[in-house]
Amino acid sequence: MLKQVEGSHAVAEAIALCRPEVICAYPITPQTHIVEGVGELVKSGALQNCEFINVESEFAALSVAIGASAAGARAYTATASQGLLFMAEAVYNAAGLGLPIVMTLGNRAIGAPINIWNDHSDAMSMRDAGWMQLFAENNQEAVDLHIIAFRLAEELSMPVMVCVDGFILTHAFERVDIPEQAQVDAFLPPYDPVQVLDPDNPASIGAMVGPEAFTEVRFLAHYKQRQALRLIPALSDDFAKIFGRASGGLLRAYRTEDAETIVVAMGSVVGTIKDVVDELRDEGQKIGVVTLVSYRPFPVEALRDILKTAKHVVVIEKSVSVGLGGPLADNTDGALRNLDNRPLLHSAIAGLGGRPITRASLKRLFHDAVHAPWEGPFFLDLNERVVGREIHRVRKVRRSGATAENILRQLALASHLPQE
Amino acid sequence: MDDSTLAQQQQKLKYYQKGTFTVGNRLVSDAERSVQASAERSNALTSGHRACQGCGEALGARYAIDAAMRATGNDLIAVNATGCLEVFTTPYPETSWQLPWLHSLFGNAAAVATGVAAAQRVKGKATRVIAQGGDGGTTDIGFQCLSGMFERNDDVLYICYDNEGYMNTGVQRSSATPPAARTATTPALGPEPGNVFGTGKFVPKIAVAHGIPYVATATVADLRDLEAKVIKAMGIRGARYIQINVPCPLGWGAPSYDTIKLARLAVECGLYPIFEAEHGRITQSRKIRRRIPVRDYLILQKRYAHLFRNGVDDPRVARLQAICDAHIEDYGLLGDDEA
Amino acid sequence: MDHDFAITLDVGTSLANHTGAWRTFRPEYVHRLPPCNAACPAGEDIQGWLSFAEAGDYEAAWRALTKNNPLPAVMGRVCYHPCETACNRAQIDAAVGVNAVERFLGDMAIAKGWAFEPPAQKSGKKVLVVGAGPAGLSAAYHLAVLGHDVNIREAGPAPGGMMRFGIPKYRLPRDVLDAEVARIAALGVRIDYNSKVSDLQATIKEGGFDAAFLAVGAHIAKRAYIPAGEATKILDAVQVLASMEGAEQPLLGRRVVVYGGGNTALDVARTAKRLGAEEAIIVYRRTREKMPAHDFELEEALEEGVMMKWLSTIKHVDAGAITVEKMKLDETGFPQPTGEFETLEADSVVLALGQDVDLSLLDGVPGLEFADGLVKVGPDMMTGATGIFAGGDMAPSERTVTVAVGHGKKAARHIDAFLRGAAYAPPPKHELAGFEHLNAWYYGEAPQTLRPTLEIARRSSTFEEVVQGLDESNALYEARRCLSCGNCFECDNCYGVCPDNAVIKLGAGQGFRFNYDFCKGCGVCEAECPCGAIAMAPEEI
Ligand SMILES: Cc1cc2nc3c(=O)[nH]c(=O)nc-3n(C[C@H](O)[C@H](O)[C@H](O)COP(=O)(O)OP(=O)(O)OC[C@H]3O[C@@H](n4cnc5c(N)ncnc54)[C@H](O)[C@@H]3O)c2cc1C
Ligand SMILES: Cc1ncc(C[n+]2csc(CCOP(=O)(O)OP(=O)(O)O)c2C)c(N)n1
Ligand code: SF4
Ligand code: SF4
Ligand code: SF4
Ligand SMILES: [Mg+2]
Repeated sequence: MLKQVEGSHAVAEAIALCRPEVICAYPITPQTHIVEGVGELVKSGALQNCEFINVESEFAALSVAIGASAAGARAYTATASQGLLFMAEAVYNAAGLGLPIVMTLGNRAIGAPINIWNDHSDAMSMRDAGWMQLFAENNQEAVDLHIIAFRLAEELSMPVMVCVDGFILTHAFERVDIPEQAQVDAFLPPYDPVQVLDPDNPASIGAMVGPEAFTEVRFLAHYKQRQALRLIPALSDDFAKIFGRASGGLLRAYRTEDAETIVVAMGSVVGTIKDVVDELRDEGQKIGVVTLVSYRPFPVEALRDILKTAKHVVVIEKSVSVGLGGPLADNTDGALRNLDNRPLLHSAIAGLGGRPITRASLKRLFHDAVHAPWEGPFFLDLNERVVGREIHRVRKVRRSGATAENILRQLALASHLPQE
Repeated sequence: MDDSTLAQQQQKLKYYQKGTFTVGNRLVSDAERSVQASAERSNALTSGHRACQGCGEALGARYAIDAAMRATGNDLIAVNATGCLEVFTTPYPETSWQLPWLHSLFGNAAAVATGVAAAQRVKGKATRVIAQGGDGGTTDIGFQCLSGMFERNDDVLYICYDNEGYMNTGVQRSSATPPAARTATTPALGPEPGNVFGTGKFVPKIAVAHGIPYVATATVADLRDLEAKVIKAMGIRGARYIQINVPCPLGWGAPSYDTIKLARLAVECGLYPIFEAEHGRITQSRKIRRRIPVRDYLILQKRYAHLFRNGVDDPRVARLQAICDAHIEDYGLLGDDEA
Repeated sequence: MDHDFAITLDVGTSLANHTGAWRTFRPEYVHRLPPCNAACPAGEDIQGWLSFAEAGDYEAAWRALTKNNPLPAVMGRVCYHPCETACNRAQIDAAVGVNAVERFLGDMAIAKGWAFEPPAQKSGKKVLVVGAGPAGLSAAYHLAVLGHDVNIREAGPAPGGMMRFGIPKYRLPRDVLDAEVARIAALGVRIDYNSKVSDLQATIKEGGFDAAFLAVGAHIAKRAYIPAGEATKILDAVQVLASMEGAEQPLLGRRVVVYGGGNTALDVARTAKRLGAEEAIIVYRRTREKMPAHDFELEEALEEGVMMKWLSTIKHVDAGAITVEKMKLDETGFPQPTGEFETLEADSVVLALGQDVDLSLLDGVPGLEFADGLVKVGPDMMTGATGIFAGGDMAPSERTVTVAVGHGKKAARHIDAFLRGAAYAPPPKHELAGFEHLNAWYYGEAPQTLRPTLEIARRSSTFEEVVQGLDESNALYEARRCLSCGNCFECDNCYGVCPDNAVIKLGAGQGFRFNYDFCKGCGVCEAECPCGAIAMAPEEI
């Protein structure tokens, strides 16, 4: 059913359609509206047979989900940013235990400085935790990916994180097609766990494993994600059959057929990039974009197949691995690693802490990539004056104070606003 | 026969050679014996585990879980925090547990158990859930999850095996380590050797403050009491908390054979009050049977050796005695013999 | 179960890990000797028979008891119960009332008519027993049970020896004695009364006996020289008490003085009271503390109005009065005369100064040795003459019924071996189960049951039994006060307290077994065994 709804609300409805049995969450912007939404559905009775548990922290939220899932219940939670870090230990643990929990991540920057706006630092912080990570381009996809996520998680017995850009998607009102319950039921069978805490069939789950078997345990987890590389496209096809639209998959190519420059990006920014691609195509430039849906598992082969004929690859990402650069760029680089005539790779960090990514900036970026390529990561729209001054100041004074505040002060000066 | 002699007679008939302190008694019916006395006890924690010789925690866990197994007709799941109990029972490829058991993390046992219990509810199952952990996993790192579980009144019995320190990591101080005790992080050095005389953190009382349906302390030295409390707890729905004093020969610096003796003396000197509370009120305390000075308890343990150097008692022995005296008063630990 | 590799494990798999290898000490179930058993002169397995009584199986208890002592109803009345003095429970509250339970069992056996099992096989050997006192009866019983033909020759008209002709009725009713003797006779023991043996060798020869056990007791009263007037009535205690069994009761008069400080003196004084004496005064050289008589007997006598004259010796006896000299204890505790005299009115004086043995029947027996008027015996109770054994009061030892019964048993075992041409080797004695071996924590508080006693009014006028028995609930309670020192009583403690589940419960009555595959040797079981039935032994590595 087509609806003009807020992204969070659409996701909440999608979750409810997946018939979760235990939901637990702790509030954090920008995830709040999602859990409030499902909470409402449980409280009102619209969502039956579901325990909604108000926990005292994200650590507890995921821990409750771990317990519920190990006991055979379909479990769901949602968080963002600081919340994800607060549950970090449990994030790894859920994956290690092979529990098919689905978690929504309303992507948000990580402090300090504290910042509630969108970027992908949070998702990136947990990229090695063993979870599968799917990124939604728009709210329709956010809805669809959650339905796919449950099936994917449960088929492989491995948790899935659905990343939805905070505010940009979570708080945006868009037209979304909310599926029918019957469709979801047809796509997503009831949870049939591979192992469960059961007095009739007892086992000890969560043993201590030493050097003699730890490598094998890790290999098997990796092997599962490799299987997902085949399963994710298959589920996408299946989804299309039942729901009548394409969604999910490992990645999607847009106008890349003969492209000499191919942009790689994840999440909502792809919409803007597509507009720029269209514009540039109209201008006659051979440019396209790849939307990466599945960041973990990372679709090395599929990505390489698309990128291998390009001359330039521009990776735009909303996170920075401080001291290295862009993690997505790094991973993309890895995908191109063994090509004979590999394209040049241009890494751009953009949209940190919610900074808007404008078409103009993107256009400039794509131009420069071909005509004035740079080394290392390029910070899109970096205020170089501010940065330069701060670097200078810090060099001069030992007690230079907090960088973030100094920058704010400088920005205020620059815009002639009264100080303090 | 007048009433008083009749009562006396009945009293005598109830006397079965031993008090109720032994594990079993061949003279009473099976139903009146402890769970541990039964050849059919579940041995939920079975042999071959790697706990130290004389480990009080291994013993306490079997006591408690076997009792809960009996109370639930073996329809039970246990969630375990990281710590000795977890490590010595489940090193790959062997486990000593015989019931469904889940270990997630050090600090989240209470929350994981909440999840397990929620799953039972939603699945319409009657299976009951226990969470268990050491004092570190309970009073320190797991405290937030524990408090949350209490406050929501989730249907979980949380059992804390209190050996008064982080034993698994090599005997460091926890918030349950008693004052003056030597641990690896409170060495017997300097002008005030051993642990500080802090303000104390006695989680059972904090549990009582949550107003949860049931809170109790127990000890491996009094099996009947322990079992009765576990069985009672399993008859109640909602959040429940039992803290069991389990001496650790390694961490306390005591001979392995003194495990139960130490647990007994900890109660008899008043340092470890044994009580029960329901819905925020203390309802009962276990009376001291043969009171001893705290010194008699401390002197058996190397962790307190620095208090007795050069044949002179450190003044802090008196401070510990004062703590015992306060417990005795606060919890009403003196009274009729419980024999 | 099909599950994740390594991180999920099948339940109970740790049984593959045999932690027994860690052990440096191994626990072992042991039997230690209960102090009561060690102290019992009759060698009763008190702890053993109490354990049946605890469970309410009184017949089994009685049968276990009578393995060592055929006279429980008698013993339950007259034994001075050194077992209770030794009892570990005394260190908790008060000793177990072993003697009272013994009497309860003995009385129940009489009431129920329980009989001894006759021997399965006869040996064809004949043994002569001289004297039907406790020593003789005990030996006869054990020999008969061992299949030998026993003939008791008794000088007197009835069995029991001093149990009948010494101990007064109010302490040992004769029907009780008769019943227990009859039960021994029912085993086929022939008792010939009024058959004094005066020439032992001749008797053995003519009877064709293969061995003999002598138990003639000590019946000749010791006299002290006391200057006395003509009309004075001086009697001896044994004679007075023996005459109580005859048709004629002794005439002692209104005021009776008894001289001596032993139990016999008390028995005579109490008897005199019952015979109607207004005054019965015991004159004794030393103080109450030094008195050989048992305190409880003195108490009973005092309750009944017997009076005591401490630190006094009789200097002179005249008609109707005696003169006593006051004594003073010197530094060594020996009484010394003070030169102060006093006169007491007395119609008769009874001397209770001990007895000597009449050894005339042994004249001409070669090889016998004597010391202090007693027959010397070896550790096997055999005298210097081959095949002739002796025990009871006539042999050097403490003079009690219980010792006599013990001698009888011991002699019987050695005679049995002797008849088979073998030597009897008693089983090695276990280590004593001293209090330090117990973990007394586990025993609940339970004070001793006092045996009810007859009211004073009836005690001074009749020969009814003074001390009454326990009823069943009391006896059961009392039996259950036993700590079962040194012997497993299936309290399940070891089974419960083992952190490694290394104790296997074998089922009711079967006890336990250690599972050395898993026992780490921590010693908790040993420390927490209430009764000291576990010992830790170093592991041979
Ligand atoms: C007054 C009194 C009270 C006592 N009270 C107690 C008491 O309460 N508790 C206790 O434990 N002990 C008591 N004793 C001691 C106890 O009675 C004796 O130690 C015990 O009876 C000794 O047993 P016996 O078999 O050696 O000799 P006796 O009991 O003396 O029996 C010897 C028997 O041999 C017979 N006899 C002797 N010579 C011959 C012969 N030539 N031929 C055939 N038969 C012969 C005698 O007639 C007699 O029947 C008491 C003693 C006395 C005197
Ligand atoms: C988050 C985290 N911090 C620290 C540890 C290390 N650690 C494991 S067990 C343990 C001590 C356990 O102490 P306690 O809970 O009292 O149990 P005990 O071993 O004494 O039975 C510690 C500190 C851990 N596993 N996880
Ligand atoms: S260190 Fe202490 S708690 Fe841990 S296994 Fe050893 S005795 Fe038990
Ligand atoms: S307690 Fe029992 S076994 Fe121990 S000494 Fe006393 S009677 Fe004997
Ligand atoms: S308690 Fe168990 S492990 Fe310890 S010594 Fe006894 S049987 Fe062995
Ligand atoms: Mg601890």
